[in-house]
Amino acid sequence: MEPKPRIGVYICHCGINIAATVDVKQVAEFAGTLPGVVVSRDYLYMCSDPGQGLIQQDIREKSLNRVVVASCSPRMHEPTFRAAAEGVGLNPYLVEMSNIREQCSWVHTDREDATEKAKWLVASVVAKAELLEPLESREVGVTPGTVVVGGGVAGMVAALDVADAGFPTYLVEKSNHVGGRVADLNRTFPTLESVPEMLEPLIERVQTHPNITVMLSSQVAGVEGYVGNFEVTVTGLKASGSKPVEAESSDLRSGTHQLSAGSIIIATGYDVFDPHRKPELGYGQYSNVITSLELERRLVEGDLTVNGRSPKRVAFIQCVGSRDKLLGNPYCSRVCCMYTAKQSRLAKELLPDADVTVFYMDVRTFGKGAEEFWDEARAKGVLYRKGNISEIYRKRSDDGDRVVLAGEDTLLGQPIDFEADLVVLAVGMEPRADVADLSTMLKLPRSADGFFLELHPKLRPVDTAVDGVFLAGCCQGPKDIPDTVAQAKAAASSALIPLLRGTVPVESATAIVDAEACAGCGMCVEVCPYGAPALDPLWGVSRINAVLCKGCGACAVTCPSKAIRLQQFTPTQILAQVDALVGV
Amino acid sequence: MKTRQMTEQLELFGCIQCGKCTGGCPVARKTALNIRSLIYHMLVEPELAVNAHEELWDCTCCFTCVERCPKDVRPAELIIGLRGELVESGRIPETIGAALMGIFRQGNPTGMAREDRSAWTNGTEVKAAQQGCELLYFVCCTASYDLRIQPVARALVKTFRAADLDFGTLGTEESCCGNEVRRMGEMGLFEMLVEENGELIRSVGASRLVTTSPHCFNTFKNEYGLDGIEVLHYTQLVAELIEDGRLNFSGGVDNKVTYHDPCFLGKQNHIFDEPRAILQAIPGVELVEMDRSRERSLCCEGGGGRMWAEGTNLEERLAFQRVREAAETGAEILAVACPFCLLTLEDAVKVQGLDEQLRVMDIMELVDLAL
Amino acid sequence: MIPVTIDGQSIEVEEETTILEAAQQLGIHIPTLCHHPALEPYGACRLCTVEIFYDGRSRLVTACNYPIRWELEVQTASDKVMKGRRLLAELLLARCPNAPAVREIAASLGVTETRFEMSSEDELCYLCGLCVRICEELIGQSAISFVSRGVDRQVGTPFFEFSDACIACGACEFICPTGAIKLPDITDKEPRPMLSEFDMGIAKRGNIYIPFPQAVPKIPVIDRENCLHYTLGRCGTCEYFCEANAIDYDQEDEFIDLDVDAVVVATGYDLMDPRIKPEFGYGVYPEVMTGIEFERLSSASGPTMGKVSVNDKAPKDVVFIKCVGSRDPHTGVPYCSRFCCMYTAKHAHLVRDRIPDANITIFYMDVRAFGKGYEEFYDRVKHERVTYRRGEPSEIYRRGNRLVVLAEDTMLGRPVEVEADLVVLATAAVPRADVKEMAEKLEIELSPDGFFQEEHPKLRPVDTQVDGIFLAGCCQGPKDIPDTVAQAKAAASSTLRVLAQRERVIRGA
Repeated sequence: MEPKPRIGVYICHCGINIAATVDVKQVAEFAGTLPGVVVSRDYLYMCSDPGQGLIQQDIREKSLNRVVVASCSPRMHEPTFRAAAEGVGLNPYLVEMSNIREQCSWVHTDREDATEKAKWLVASVVAKAELLEPLESREVGVTPGTVVVGGGVAGMVAALDVADAGFPTYLVEKSNHVGGRVADLNRTFPTLESVPEMLEPLIERVQTHPNITVMLSSQVAGVEGYVGNFEVTVTGLKASGSKPVEAESSDLRSGTHQLSAGSIIIATGYDVFDPHRKPELGYGQYSNVITSLELERRLVEGDLTVNGRSPKRVAFIQCVGSRDKLLGNPYCSRVCCMYTAKQSRLAKELLPDADVTVFYMDVRTFGKGAEEFWDEARAKGVLYRKGNISEIYRKRSDDGDRVVLAGEDTLLGQPIDFEADLVVLAVGMEPRADVADLSTMLKLPRSADGFFLELHPKLRPVDTAVDGVFLAGCCQGPKDIPDTVAQAKAAASSALIPLLRGTVPVESATAIVDAEACAGCGMCVEVCPYGAPALDPLWGVSRINAVLCKGCGACAVTCPSKAIRLQQFTPTQILAQVDALVGV
Repeated sequence: MKTRQMTEQLELFGCIQCGKCTGGCPVARKTALNIRSLIYHMLVEPELAVNAHEELWDCTCCFTCVERCPKDVRPAELIIGLRGELVESGRIPETIGAALMGIFRQGNPTGMAREDRSAWTNGTEVKAAQQGCELLYFVCCTASYDLRIQPVARALVKTFRAADLDFGTLGTEESCCGNEVRRMGEMGLFEMLVEENGELIRSVGASRLVTTSPHCFNTFKNEYGLDGIEVLHYTQLVAELIEDGRLNFSGGVDNKVTYHDPCFLGKQNHIFDEPRAILQAIPGVELVEMDRSRERSLCCEGGGGRMWAEGTNLEERLAFQRVREAAETGAEILAVACPFCLLTLEDAVKVQGLDEQLRVMDIMELVDLAL
Repeated sequence: MIPVTIDGQSIEVEEETTILEAAQQLGIHIPTLCHHPALEPYGACRLCTVEIFYDGRSRLVTACNYPIRWELEVQTASDKVMKGRRLLAELLLARCPNAPAVREIAASLGVTETRFEMSSEDELCYLCGLCVRICEELIGQSAISFVSRGVDRQVGTPFFEFSDACIACGACEFICPTGAIKLPDITDKEPRPMLSEFDMGIAKRGNIYIPFPQAVPKIPVIDRENCLHYTLGRCGTCEYFCEANAIDYDQEDEFIDLDVDAVVVATGYDLMDPRIKPEFGYGVYPEVMTGIEFERLSSASGPTMGKVSVNDKAPKDVVFIKCVGSRDPHTGVPYCSRFCCMYTAKHAHLVRDRIPDANITIFYMDVRAFGKGYEEFYDRVKHERVTYRRGEPSEIYRRGNRLVVLAEDTMLGRPVEVEADLVVLATAAVPRADVKEMAEKLEIELSPDGFFQEEHPKLRPVDTQVDGIFLAGCCQGPKDIPDTVAQAKAAASSTLRVLAQRERVIRGA
C-alpha cells in the first residue's frame, strides 16, 4: 500500500526575477489548497543554502515524500534540489520543478495574468508530483584515459596535465606535426621571446611522455558511447610515440584505430580569415598586401623587402574579417591588437627608417603587460591612427609598387589616401571549416559565431552539452596563448574528474519497454539517436539499454503499440498535468 | 532639425565611428562631405542645421559606404534622409528642382514632352508591352531622350530581335523609374512613381523585366517589390543569350577595351562578371583591367542626382581621374554599361583632350558592331 | 518548582519567575506597554495588571514584575481586571490620543473615547520609561532620565541641555514604541550609521549582522570595532536573545596548522579609491559613484531592490566614465583593468532597462569588447540608444543642482560639457593591499604591475616560482569570470598533478 503523497510546494521569488511579475505569495497560498499539499512556502532564493534548508527541514519535520519547486528552468537547478532531497534521504526523482520564470515571469508583463498562469503551472506539476515514482541512481565504470583531438598548444597542454595525473592520453593531430598554428609564429608578446624556443620544451615533453601517444596525420572518424566509455575511431598514420597503441582493435595497414577513453578534449583550433573575401583590400592582387601570418614568416627570416626593395612606409590594418557584420563575423578575434602591436614594433626595429603606421578602430590591449607593451610600441615610433581602411588601390605613377590606402583619420576628421610599400592585414580567426563533421559526430552545438558552444558562458567555459566532452583553446573562441593554456588545463581538470572517480552516474529517467505490448516493429530502434533500443533476436521484442538511454522520449512517442514508457514522463503523469491545466 | 527621430528610424546607433564610410567615399576627398561625422552628429547632438550642409548634394549614392560598413549602419541612407528634410523645406538646388519637376510633369527629368518618349525607335516597330509579352524592356528616360544614349536602346532592340525574344516596351506610358528621385530625397514623388510604374509593369504580365540603366535595374530589383518578375540588367540578359548560343557575332571589334564598373551595377548589386563575359565574347576584343576595378571602381559622379547638380567642388571631377586611369591601361575603348557613366566619362574625355586616344562606348554599341 | 494556574491552565515554574513570563510559557497573552524582554520590568503602564487568588483572597498586581513565590491562581481577564484596563486605556488615550500603540490598545479593549481631559493632541510620550531604562541598563550611559514630578514628569537630559554622556547610539529611538524621542533632542552629535560593506555603503547594517542574503555561511557576525559590548563592555542583548546560545563574545582567532601538498592562491583584487583622482569629485558629489556601488544600487536584491535613484529621483542624464585610474601612469596603474568596458556596457543596459527615457552616455578611450559574445553585446547596447563618446573626461564640476562632465569629444574634435544627474566611474582593479605580505609569506614574486607573478607569461599562467603553489583568478591579474573560471580549473588541474605524483612516490612506484 503506497503511502499517501505528502507534497511540499516551494515558490521562489528569485529576487525580483519572478516576484516582480508574479504575486508569489498568492501562488503559494493557492498551492496550499491543492490536493496532497502539506506545506506551501514562498522564499527569496530557493536555490540558496537556506532555501534548500527549508526543503530539507520540511522533509524531515513534516515527513514530505514529494517536493515541487516552482522557480527557474530545471536546467538551472534541478540537480541542486534533487541533491538537497537526497541529502535527507528522499529519492531525488520525487522532486519535480515548475518553471515559472523562463516560462512565465520572464515572458509576460501583466501581473494578474502572469500570476494566474503561475498558479496553473504549479497546479499541473503538483498533479504530476502525486504520481512520481522513486528511481534508482546508477553508475557505470570509467575507462581510464583521454583522447585529445588536436595537437596545437591547447591539445598539448591538456594532454600533459592528464598524462601527468597518471592517465594514458591519445593526442590525435590532423597534420604531420604538433605545435599547431603557434609553431608558425616568430616571436610572441609581451616578452618577444622566440616561439620555437618557447615551444620546444613543451613539444619535447609531449613526445617523450610515457603516458602520451601522439598520432600524427590522423583524424577522428567516429565517436560512439557516452561519458566514461567512449569509443573513438581514428583513421590515419599508425600511432607513434613511446607508448604503443593500446586499442581493442587496431588495423595498422589501413590505419584505422579504435581508442577507448573516459573523456574527450576537443582542441581543434581555428582557421585564419581569408582576405580574398574582402576584395577591396586588394589581397591577391597586389604582392605587397600580405596577411599577418605571412609577415610572421618574413620576420623569422628577418627579410621585409618587397620586390627587392626595403619598404619605406609600412601600414597595418586591424580588424580584417572581424567585427564585420556584412561578412558574417560580428565577433572580435581578440588577439589581433596585440599581435599587431608586436609586429609593428618588430617591423620598426628591422626598418628603423621606415614609417610604420597602424590603422585601428579600437585598441584592445587588455592582457597582463599588454597595455605597457603597446605603450612601448608607440614609444618606439609606431604611429597609431584611428580609422579603418576602406579600400586599397595601386598608386598611379612610376613609383613602383606603392599602393594607396583610402581611409579616414577619424581623429583628424578628414579622409586620407595613405601611400604604403607594404601593407599587413590583421586577419582574424574563424571557426574551422572542417569541424562540421566533428560537431555532428559528437552532437556538439555551436554558438552564433560558429565556434563550439560552452555549457555556460560564465561558469562553465570548458564543459559542453555532451557529458565527458570538453573544449580547449580557440575551437571555443579566439584567444591568446596564456588564455589557451589556462583553458586547456581547465579542460584537463574536467576530463580528469570521471577518470579519478572511476565511475560515472548514468541517467535514471530512462525508457522502459513493456514486452507484452511490444510488437517488435523496430521503429524505436530507427528513431533513437543514441542506439539504446535493440530488438532481442530471440524474443522479437525491443529492449532498451538503460546505460545508453538518455531519456529523450523519442521512442515512447514513436511506438505505435504504446509499449514504451519514459520514466519520470509517463503518460499518466503527463495526462494528469494536462487535466490540472485544463482545470478538470 | 531635431536629430532624435531620424536617428532612431535609421538605427544609426550601431555606428562605432570606424571611418570606413568616409574613408571609401569618393567625394569626401574633394568636398566637405563627411558621412561619418554626420552620423556622429546625429548621435550626439540634439539638433542638426541641415541647411548649413550644402555638401549633402555632393553625394553620388554610390553606396560604397553601405558596402563597407562593418556594423551594417547604411550611412548613405542618412544622406538620403537629410536630403528629404531639405526637399520638404524647399531648400534644394535649382537644377535638381527642375529635374524633379520634369519627372513629375512629363515623366522624365529633362522635362521634354512625354509624347516624344518613343522617338528613339527611329521609326522601327517596337511592340507595345501593354499587349502582353514575355520580356518587358524598360528603356529609361536618358536612353529615350538623350541623343547620345538612344543608340544603346536601338542596339538592345536589335539584339533582342536577333535572339528572337518576345519583348515589348511601355512606350510613352513609361515614366521615370524614380531611382534618382528617391536618392534626391523626394519620397513623395518616388512613392507615386513606384505605385504607377509598378501597376503598369505588373499589368503587362511579363515574367522578366530588363533595363538599359543599372539605376532603373537597382530600384526595380531592390525597392519596387516586383515579386514574381525576374528583374535583370541588360548585361545579365545579353550574357545569358551569348552563353546559350543565341547570338552570332559576324563582325568584331579589334581594339583594346577596358571596362568601368558602374556603381549601381557593380558595387551595389555585385554584377561584375557578366559585362566582362560579353566583352570577351566579342571577336577581336582584348580586355584589359584598370587597377581600380570591380568593388573599387571609381564612381563617375553621375548618380545620386549629380546629373542635375554640379556639386560644391567644380574644379576636379572624379570622371577626369577615371578616364586618365582608363587611358593609362593603353585601352582604346572605355566600355561602360550605364547611361550616366557614358555621359560623364565621355564629357571628361573631351574636356581632358583625350578623344584621340580613348573612345567611350556602351557595351551594347560594341555588341551592335559585332552582330 | 512552583505550581501556578493562569486562566485555568496549569504549569510549574521556577521560583522568582514573573507571572508575565509564566503566562508567556503557557502562550497566554497579557498586554504590556512598558515591558521589554531585555530590560528589567518596570511596572509603569500598569496595563499588565492581573487578578491573583490565594488563601481565599484576591489582589490586583502587575504581571510583569510580580515574582511567583508560592502557589497561585491567576486570572488575566477577570471583570475587575478588564474594568481596570479599560480605565487605563482611557487615561492613555487622554494622554496620547494619536499614538498608534495607544490607539491599538484602546481598540483591542473596545475603548473609543475618554472621559478625561486631553493634554495635547501631539503628545506621543506616555512615560513608559523604555528609553531611560535601555540607556541605563544596556548602554550604561544614563544620558536621559525622568525629570520633574507629578504632571510635569517627562523624559529629558540634565538641565535640558545636550547630554555629553549620550553616545548617539540611537537605542532610545529604536526602542520607543511611539517615536516620541528623537536623537537631535538629546545630543548634537551625529549618529554614525554602520554602513554595509557589501552594499558599498548604500545600506546600513547593525553591529551584529548577516552580510547579505546569499552569504555562505548565513550566520551573523559581530563588528568588534563598533559593537558596544566590545567597546564599552555594555549591552550584550544579542547573547540574551539567542536561543541557540551561539553567541560567544570570547571567541578568538585560532591558528591552525595544515599539512598540504599544494596551495592555490585565489585572493582576488581590490578596487582603486577614486579619490586618487579628485577632479572627478568622488566623495564630494553624492551623484558620483563607482561601478561597484552602482552594481549594488541596481541589484534586484540590493538595498533599493534595484531602483536606480539619486537624490530621491530617477536620474535623467547618466554618464559613465571608463578607465578611471587604469591605463594611467600617474596613478601607478599603467595596465588595463580588462573587465570595465564590459561591465560598463552592462550597467548602461541596466539603466536603459530601469529608466527607459534616460540619456545615457559612455565616455571611453577604447571599447575592449574582446570576449565571446562581447562585441555583439556592445552592439546591442549601442542599439539601445546608449551613446558612446570617445574622449576621457577631464573633470566634473557642479552647476546648479546638476553635475557637468567636461571632456573632449575626439570624434568631434572639440571640448564638450555633458550634464549629468548620475556619474558612474569605472575604477581600476588593483592588487590587494596585503599582497606584499602574502608574497613574502609564500615566497612568491610580484609582477611589475603589483599582482602575483606567474612562472611564464605564455605557457605557465597559473604556476609560481614555488613548486606546488598555484595562482587562480584576479590575484594574478584582472580578468572576467569565464577567464577566472578557466584559470581556477587550470590551477586545480595543476594540483591534481601534484597529488597524483605524490601518490606515486608514496607507493614507491
